Amino acid sequence: MNIWVYIDHFKGQALPASWEALGAGLALGKVTALVFGAEVEQLAKQACEFGAEEVLQAEDKALGDFRAEDFASTLSALASQHNPDLIFLPTTTRGRELAAMSAIDLDTGVLVDVIAIEMEGDRVVATRPIYAGKLLEKTLCAANPQIVTLRGRAFPKPVLQSGRTGTITKVETLSRAATTIEGYSETESGINLSDATVIVSGGRGVSNNPNLIPPNDLGDEEAEIWRAQQGFNLVGELAATLGGAVGASRAAVDANYVPYAHQVGQTGKVVSPDLYIAAGISGAIQHLAGMRNSKLIVAINKDPDAPIFNAARYGVVGDLFQILPALTETFKKKLGK
Amino acid sequence: MKIIACVKQVPDSAARVVAENGQVSWGDAQLVINPWDEYAVEAALQQKEAHNGSLIAISIGNENAKEALKHALAMGADEAVLITDPALTALDTQGAAHVLAAAIKKIGEVDLAFFGRQAIDGDAGLTPAQTARLLGWSIFSLSAKIDVEGDTLRVERSTEEGRQIVSGKLPGVFSIVKDFGEPRYPSFMGIRKASRAEIPVWSLADLGIKAPAAVVSWPEVINPPAREISCEMIEAGSPEEIANILADKILAEKIL
Ligand SMILES: Cc1cc2nc3c(=O)[nH]c(=O)nc-3n(C[C@H](O)[C@H](O)[C@H](O)COP(=O)(O)OP(=O)(O)OC[C@H]3O[C@@H](n4cnc5c(N)ncnc54)[C@H](O)[C@@H]3O)c2cc1C
Ligand SMILES: Nc1ncnc2c1ncn2[C@@H]1O[C@H](COP(=O)(O)O)[C@@H](O)[C@H]1O
Repeated sequence: MNIWVYIDHFKGQALPASWEALGAGLALGKVTALVFGAEVEQLAKQACEFGAEEVLQAEDKALGDFRAEDFASTLSALASQHNPDLIFLPTTTRGRELAAMSAIDLDTGVLVDVIAIEMEGDRVVATRPIYAGKLLEKTLCAANPQIVTLRGRAFPKPVLQSGRTGTITKVETLSRAATTIEGYSETESGINLSDATVIVSGGRGVSNNPNLIPPNDLGDEEAEIWRAQQGFNLVGELAATLGGAVGASRAAVDANYVPYAHQVGQTGKVVSPDLYIAAGISGAIQHLAGMRNSKLIVAINKDPDAPIFNAARYGVVGDLFQILPALTETFKKKLGK
Repeated sequence: MKIIACVKQVPDSAARVVAENGQVSWGDAQLVINPWDEYAVEAALQQKEAHNGSLIAISIGNENAKEALKHALAMGADEAVLITDPALTALDTQGAAHVLAAAIKKIGEVDLAFFGRQAIDGDAGLTPAQTARLLGWSIFSLSAKIDVEGDTLRVERSTEEGRQIVSGKLPGVFSIVKDFGEPRYPSFMGIRKASRAEIPVWSLADLGIKAPAAVVSWPEVINPPAREISCEMIEAGSPEEIANILADKILAEKIL
């Protein structure tokens, strides 16, 4: 079986889900890794160290910025030439788009955001969550190549064997460059919740501390946001202590406490960290849809009847303004920080 | 300027959805316009208003899907088209893209086509890029801000690495994310207009295409294994004591 894995990266840095996809490929046989970009020599070598037998390396200045159209043309041309049976990609923004367009070019289909794989003869039978994780479906693709995108943190990352080598073959690139990437705006730094191993999230409860007295020239809404910022500082300190990222409920995002990039849930990010701590979040079904697959869930809420406790392994009924700082201090001591 | 918004009818996000005999069942839960598609309609309306354009909402589905189209009309779309055909049963995203691309071509001279980020039933998020590919147009996925001037587009996209600014030319396909801004509510006048609207129905023959071959199938739907979670409440006198017990429990799981 001819197995290809596309390595998604940003400026030469692979996203962790790419190596996990490579690992999923290795579980089925020998893997050819695909590495496209402007300067990807290093990345190609790294793919060999993670276990790829062969790398098809499309290196071209014109591929310096990811544009789905051009990357799909390059991938589809290669696949038409070599007829792989499987193409695995990580379910990243780029991976999803590249899979989508290549499937059209190659007259095949995509099994998207898959969390488990079995083989039935030469067919992949993939399991993937649907309806925001309320259900799972078993799905297959009748045509070849079977294009599959794999959800981050659902497959183990292979062990890096430093010094391991493979065959690196330079291949032709195709680019029309119909769009131009002008850059990234400074206002919003990229936070990558999907790859985080620990997430501490805050909800509407994070603004609920009447004891905090805001500067007196603030209006009601500004005072609420000011309070929420104090609350989110506590969330952020615990996250930092645990080496994690900050998440939020939609209510917190809608009230402008934190930017949308932090939102976890059905209309935000779907995450599955090892540890998810929800503070001041009630646990609405749309929030649970985004985090219920976390390995360990801890909930801190004033209300003993909050539905979040039904999803949590450990719960604390209490005021997050007291519990979070105490937890940060304790972890600092216990983790020797 | 001619604008399209693609909308799908789906079970409400709060519906209790279960697998029964390997099939999806949502009981008598309400069907609604896919929440992401409301953002698509909002983005489309803003362009329509800025450029004195017209907006046509299209949906593939059965008679029910007219409700999603009526929602788009009530928000301010000028026209709506339902695509329905007995041959369109197990439609995968590739198939939906073929049908939507054919409809967009039939409508003709379209400048902008808006999609939701994903449909909350299948959670695929593939159709926009696939439709763009079939049309040969550029894809601007996960768009949060869109400026059109003449035939030039400037778009801000919400990516893993932050807000990306990308420029290109018309025509374009967009998928819209939440930080675009909240979709408007249908106005009273809009709802009245929509309730009276006659929505034309197109078949595959009207589009001049054959039924797209289904490549992706989903023979079985299952309920996720019930997680045996019983929540252990940590109780103690002071926040410090609670924190101490909780931290030990977390550390004992050996995940940090
Ligand atoms: C189509 C659709 C999509 C949606 N998508 C999402 C999504 O992606 N993500 C999402 O999160 N929501 C989503 N929602 C919204 C969701 O239904 C809830 O409204 C939202 O999750 C509530 O956020 P919250 O828990 O922060 O706020 P609330 O429900 O208001 O809960 C606040 C909680 O904080 C507790 N609290 C208050 N003060 C304190 C304190 N001092 N200490 C400790 N606890 C305190 C309260 O007891 C309460 O439980 C969606 C809704 C719809 C209709
Ligand atoms: N049956 C359909 N009718 C109209 N638009 C659709 C349909 N299916 C998908 N779309 C559009 O494509 C987007 C992404 O859908 P999906 O790829 O299925 O997640 C949706 O938000 C809609 O804008």
